[in-house]
Amino acid sequence: MLYQFADVFAFLILSAAGLAIVFGMMGVINMAHGEFIMCGAYVTVGLVHAGFPLPLAQLCGTLAAGIIGVIVEMAIVRKFYTRPLDSLLATWGLSLVVTQGMLILVGSSVAGIGTPPGSFAVGDYTFSVYRLVLFAGALAALGFVYIIFMRTKFGVHARATMQNAKMARALGVPVGRVYALSFGIGAGLAGLCGALYAPTMTLIPTMGATFIVESFVTVVVGGSNVLLGTAPAGILLAAVRTTLNAWHGQIIGQIGMLIAVILIIRILPEGISGFLTRKQR
Amino acid sequence: MLRLVNGAQTVGNGWPFWMSFLAVLAGALVYPMFADSYDVGNFAYFLIWVFMAMGLCLMWGYCGMLSFGQTFFFGIAGYSYGVLAIVLGGGTMTVLALVLAVVLAGLSALVLGYFMIWGRVGGVFFGIVTLSATLVLAFFLGQTAGPEWAIGEARLNGFNGMKGMDPLNIPWFDDETLYFEGASLYYLAIALIVVVYLGLRILLNSRFGNVIVAIREDPQRAELLGYDVRKYQLITFIVGSSLAGLSGVLYTSWGQFITPGSIGLPAAAMPIVWVAFSGRGDITATLVGSFLILYAFQTITVYSQQAALVLMGGMLLATVMIAPQGFVIGIARTIGRLFRGRGAGNATSSNTGS
Repeated sequence: MLYQFADVFAFLILSAAGLAIVFGMMGVINMAHGEFIMCGAYVTVGLVHAGFPLPLAQLCGTLAAGIIGVIVEMAIVRKFYTRPLDSLLATWGLSLVVTQGMLILVGSSVAGIGTPPGSFAVGDYTFSVYRLVLFAGALAALGFVYIIFMRTKFGVHARATMQNAKMARALGVPVGRVYALSFGIGAGLAGLCGALYAPTMTLIPTMGATFIVESFVTVVVGGSNVLLGTAPAGILLAAVRTTLNAWHGQIIGQIGMLIAVILIIRILPEGISGFLTRKQR
Repeated sequence: MLRLVNGAQTVGNGWPFWMSFLAVLAGALVYPMFADSYDVGNFAYFLIWVFMAMGLCLMWGYCGMLSFGQTFFFGIAGYSYGVLAIVLGGGTMTVLALVLAVVLAGLSALVLGYFMIWGRVGGVFFGIVTLSATLVLAFFLGQTAGPEWAIGEARLNGFNGMKGMDPLNIPWFDDETLYFEGASLYYLAIALIVVVYLGLRILLNSRFGNVIVAIREDPQRAELLGYDVRKYQLITFIVGSSLAGLSGVLYTSWGQFITPGSIGLPAAAMPIVWVAFSGRGDITATLVGSFLILYAFQTITVYSQQAALVLMGGMLLATVMIAPQGFVIGIARTIGRLFRGRGAGNATSSNTGS
């Protein structure tokens, strides 16, 4: 049970972290988030096929998604900071182009790479080691976000921009660069999610869609602050989902999670982080 | 009559507009006499989707609620129609199935809308919560392949989709049954579009329409003026979503089948593209634009579905980057300005379209 919980938790955190950063910083929901995940997964698998070891390939996949993220920010997203709804549409348009373009270019599926073998036994049950790697990856991603935003100069700039972009600009923070980098980090985390999950699933250009619901609901529940919101939201939703999965299977788990989210937004419209922030004051 | 459908909230209020409206309508009515039945069937198919677009235009363009859930209600109504038509036993019962299916879509909009609107979920979150609901519905229906997923005689059939329901039909003269297929479906769709279009124009130019536009402009101000914003938003959401439901019913009836593919991605993006490209700010622009886009894309889809979708995505991107108000409405406004430039009395903007 705990193991399953860790598994779902890792999935939620990894798929949502990138989206949450971009939303928290810029108020933009990146509809092409799933496509960055796909990008990370494809680069990883492509490099593994080319003979790279898996961890190195995963690193490259993460970086590739991050770099593409910076480019996308400068080319498209930058124009929409004053119009958040339009940014939603623009990134959705981008997502359609990329998904369907990939279907034309690479066809419907690519030969996958197997899940790294290795398992351990506790009592009567055996567990895959790679699942634990995923959980560690999720924790590492949260730790990375914490260090970046709380312990570096960039983090100070980023938090200043988040609170009041105009004031930060007046104080000499390069707001444009902060935005571009944050978007890049968000896209990179999406790429990391794709890279980590690439060995466990079939690669299809529409694979982003399997992550997108989980990432959306986690961000909706978490609210705009990654550190305060996403992690608790992940724990909460993973608990709901694990219970329901065990009770009646995957699809009930997903429906139940959605219903839980709809109930939560009725009570906490600003998400968990909004609730916590208000309590602090 | 004209006073009801004209007003500040809709483009096209003068005589030239209504003359061209009647001309287009007359053209549409005589069209099946000249075209072959295949084309008429295709046209009926395009018209089916227009309701969904008009519903989204109402919610998004007039009330500022960007719902990504049009295909959610499309799917609920489409599947409900299928199940009901099979369970109730076809025949005249299909009309009852239509009504019940649209009511079910409206009820689900009531429930979903209540939680979102009373939770004060606005802006981007409104979009992603509706989209999440849509995708979950698509996943759910996608895994209902087994025989245990059946309601009475009606099997849901997972990804392969549900089939075997009767198309809409009513008893006709001489003990015959009129099935709404081909030309008769075309006429039904035209009639419904005229009713819905005029109905929406009356609604939009009424007090209600003015209030929802006020909410779009500034919800807080509207609330301070004493309007219960949530109630207006909820009603708008229900009306708009029910129209998507109507599309769903007609679609299921048209092909006598429906699949989860018409709910999930990329289908969920389609209404957004039509309305954004056409111009969300006006119901006429949406009507004309959506029809034109559907017509154009049917032609492209024949060659490559993926290419058509890439183009759709590109159009959405281009719209928000170049003409955020939409292309069709931009053209309509330009024509309107030309008329005024020639000093043609009342400020009119004619928009003849297809």
